[in-house]
Amino acid sequence: MSQTLKAPLLFALVAVLILGTGFLQSWNTAVLILNMGLVSAVMALGVNLQWGIAGLFNVGVMGFVALGGLAVVLTSMPAVPEAWSAGGVRIMAGLALGAATVIAGVMAWRRMRSAWLMIAVLIVGFFAYRWVFDAGVGAVEAVNSAQTGYLGGLGLPVVLAWPVGGLLAAGAAWIIGKIALGLRSDYLAIATLGIAEIIIAVLKNEEWLARGVKNVIGLPRPVPYEIDLQNDPAFVERAATLGMDPATASSLYVKFGYSILFAIVLVALLVLAQLALSSPWGRMMRAIRDNETAARAMGKNVTARHLQVFVLGSAICGVAGAMMTTLDGQLTPGSYQPLRYTFLIWVMVIVGGSGNNLGAILGGFLIWFLWVQVEPMAQGLAAGIGAILPAGSPFQASLADAAQHMRLLTMGIILLVVLRFSPRGLLPER
Amino acid sequence: MDLLNAIVALSNFVIVPAVAYGAQLALGALGVTLIYGILRFSNFAHGDTMAFGTLVTILFTWWFQSMGITLGVLPTALLAIPFGIAGTALLVLATDRVVYRFYRRKKAKPVMLVIVSIGVMFVYNGLTRVILGPDDRNFADGERFIINARDFREMTGLEEGLAIRTTQGITVITAVLVVALLFWFLNRTRTGKSMRAYSDNEDLALLSGISPEKVERVTWLIVAALITVAGVLYGLDKSYKPFTYFQLLLPIFAAAIVGGLGSPIGAIVGGFVIAFSEVAITYAWKKVLEYAMPQALEPDGLVQLLSTDYKFAVSFMILLVVLIFRPTGLFRGKSV
Repeated sequence: MSQTLKAPLLFALVAVLILGTGFLQSWNTAVLILNMGLVSAVMALGVNLQWGIAGLFNVGVMGFVALGGLAVVLTSMPAVPEAWSAGGVRIMAGLALGAATVIAGVMAWRRMRSAWLMIAVLIVGFFAYRWVFDAGVGAVEAVNSAQTGYLGGLGLPVVLAWPVGGLLAAGAAWIIGKIALGLRSDYLAIATLGIAEIIIAVLKNEEWLARGVKNVIGLPRPVPYEIDLQNDPAFVERAATLGMDPATASSLYVKFGYSILFAIVLVALLVLAQLALSSPWGRMMRAIRDNETAARAMGKNVTARHLQVFVLGSAICGVAGAMMTTLDGQLTPGSYQPLRYTFLIWVMVIVGGSGNNLGAILGGFLIWFLWVQVEPMAQGLAAGIGAILPAGSPFQASLADAAQHMRLLTMGIILLVVLRFSPRGLLPER
Repeated sequence: MDLLNAIVALSNFVIVPAVAYGAQLALGALGVTLIYGILRFSNFAHGDTMAFGTLVTILFTWWFQSMGITLGVLPTALLAIPFGIAGTALLVLATDRVVYRFYRRKKAKPVMLVIVSIGVMFVYNGLTRVILGPDDRNFADGERFIINARDFREMTGLEEGLAIRTTQGITVITAVLVVALLFWFLNRTRTGKSMRAYSDNEDLALLSGISPEKVERVTWLIVAALITVAGVLYGLDKSYKPFTYFQLLLPIFAAAIVGGLGSPIGAIVGGFVIAFSEVAITYAWKKVLEYAMPQALEPDGLVQLLSTDYKFAVSFMILLVVLIFRPTGLFRGKSV
């Protein structure tokens, strides 16, 4: 089947699946799947840019997604003036000192070629940094620790956090890329896996930054609150004319608001990615991916291109992370797990078709739908089998327990089957 | 100033735990290195294979306990390890037959196999959780301590106590035995030699009549044994939780890469390097320094370089330093 026919058909299938959820289960679930599907599609676009188009093996997606989430807190939450006056300046000075130490250490190595000098600089700098930094952290975390205990953000509109999330992720990716991109592909994989864990560890631990595992809740929203809509007589009246009760209507209205915002971001990024892919730049990236040595011989600066695309792809993941945290309305560093935020995105890209932007988006929707729906399906199946078994048998209970872990198994099997029988994905690269 | 107490405190909180942890990492890293050297890919499913091996062992341990079979002072799990190894061996051999072999026959690029191993990782992850759930499980029984802190204090009259847990002792002894056996196998037996030959130069090995199928099969068997032992020892020492095992992937890989991928000795050294730095950097040194330093210089704070949650950062930093300054690792591993 030609791809011009296949792509619309597969997208129609996804639409049918989501609409089916709406008719059979509830519209709330359907719109939730749609929203997270949109976010997942953006993440998949980012990974596809790195892996599908440039061949970079980045398994640190979770870290960039989490940085996007951090950006939401830093941009949109109100600042905590008491915390700033208690230790904000000290923390900033400490961070500056830390950065200066690292730069001085690198300079010592580059200019003087002296490992001992570098180690000395780093050790002295580290203790100076801790001395300045720790006192500031203690002071900030002591300020009303049950409610705030952190520096707060800038108090700007939350939609601004999305590009900021991209910038934050891009900055981190630049530093990581500078260090790790020279490595071989599987070393890069381990390196990015490690960095993602470190970013999560920082988010969990540095309470002055975003309250750590105490979570930041009640993030501002780009859409109205349900309760305000329900108290608005005009809205209630309009809901009544559509034959809906105000509670359902307001909840759907809010969720659709998110869908529209997310769809705008996705479409904009897709257009940009498609333009990039068909531009001379895109041809060059694919040439580098397919034969690095030949591209180098043609005078292409492979390292610089890799860094560029690594930063771009990570920035897209950062934007998606910010969108996701906005949708959740809270930042919970404890909930970031590599299987869900890194490897699942990889499954989306591979199943959808690496190297094809539309494929990545399709994979994002399809895999997210399955990720959500496999559990109830397995539970239904378990209940069905359980009903045949003698009542009260221990097997019945363990079957129900097992059902909730079926999604990991299913994702693995889907990935393996696709890799075996259709290694180029559902919508292969043209 | 009291050097003797300082040394005891240091052993109690740093050396003993780090040696045990290092031995566990070394066994894990040996598995990674063997797969890398012979099957030529980085196996992301390693941590979950470890979880599976431990899980089978736990199930057999419970079964033995329910029948009243125990090892007395030693953990019953030791008795169950062979069954755990057998179960894991069946699983990895089946996986190799169904999944990996196809890509080897096609001569797929190593990175393809890495992605395939991510799929396998998902499947194993689901499997372990379906069978035993995602929660913490403690399956250690028998005597808890070889020496406990109070006995040590009474015995020596020192202020500080030194506790050595049974599991730590068993870890070290088992690891030494397993490693000795592995090196004897690799260096002295015909199959072991053909494995090394295959790792060094595949074409030449094939030319001299070494059967690749056999080498691959034996490799998986050895890996299953190593990883099950490592997982059971880790689980006895701490506890069994699938997610923790998944996360062990990082220090294990760091150990293998720091030592030099493909080099068995490197994997062992790497394991201890990672373990010692993790423990040393995240340990609060206050106690040791109080004994070791003159009164005037005693520290006020905890003297903890990094909080324990940053232990991944430690293995990672070492990994980066080694990769930047000595890209093939300490023991000149191979780079494919």
